[in-house]
Amino acid sequence: MPTPTKGARLGGGPAHERLMLANLATALFEHGRITTTEAKAKRLRPLAERLITFAKRGDLHARRRVMTVVRDKSVVHELFAEIGPRYENRPGGYTRITKVGPRKGDNAPMAVIELVEALTAKAETVREGEAATRRSAKKAPAKKAAASPAETAVAAAETAAAAAEEAADDAAEGDVEGAEQAAAEARAAADAAGAAAEVTDDPKVEEAAGEAEAFADMAEDASDEAKKSAE
Amino acid sequence: MAVPKRKMSRSNTRSRRAQWKAVAAPLATCPRCRELKLPHVACPTCGTYNGRDVLDV
Repeated sequence: MPTPTKGARLGGGPAHERLMLANLATALFEHGRITTTEAKAKRLRPLAERLITFAKRGDLHARRRVMTVVRDKSVVHELFAEIGPRYENRPGGYTRITKVGPRKGDNAPMAVIELVEALTAKAETVREGEAATRRSAKKAPAKKAAASPAETAVAAAETAAAAAEEAADDAAEGDVEGAEQAAAEARAAADAAGAAAEVTDDPKVEEAAGEAEAFADMAEDASDEAKKSAE
Repeated sequence: MAVPKRKMSRSNTRSRRAQWKAVAAPLATCPRCRELKLPHVACPTCGTYNGRDVLDV
């Protein structure tokens, strides 16, 4: 006994089923995407993909095999001229079925079946790279990344405070170069804290960044004063 | 042809029909618009599935 076809039986008889599937395939190749019931979409997928494989082969025999299903010559031409070459480097899986929920009139589950985009060599490498990063990201705990900006911001604020103090001391002692250097350090630390605050929405981090900024301003004022007094 | 001998009582009919119950649809949250939707089905509110536009909304 031959293995029965997977999926639902359609229509009132084998001939009716063949006609319905042929019409669905024709519509799919003509429009690129069609909305139909889930059962019909699931039956259409293997047929449509087999026809695209014929189109990739592209010879006269393949064209005649396709013509027994799709009767429209212009659709067959489009299939062989555009759709077949588009999937040159895609090893099957030319269609995508997306469920779109029940139909209004009879609550039948509907689906959109569409021809997928061409697979470029670039997209292929990108997909491989994404898969690799996903694998490595799974290993590393995600929490670390979330905690680090807050820590950097607080640390940067402390650095800025220390640098500001140094600048004030240097200014009091009349060391212009030392004060300038310390002020620059404070400014850099404040910038780092600000960058960290931009990454996260944590109010604590923003507070720390604001403090660092204030310290940097103080340090710059101190160095300016030192310069003035030296002149 | 075998046929029922007696009319089915109102009570029996109603007992049978008492088991007809509606089941609440399992719902998931759309990752795009946070609206409730059927799982594994394109979101009817924003028309996307898996980050792809599927429906015209």
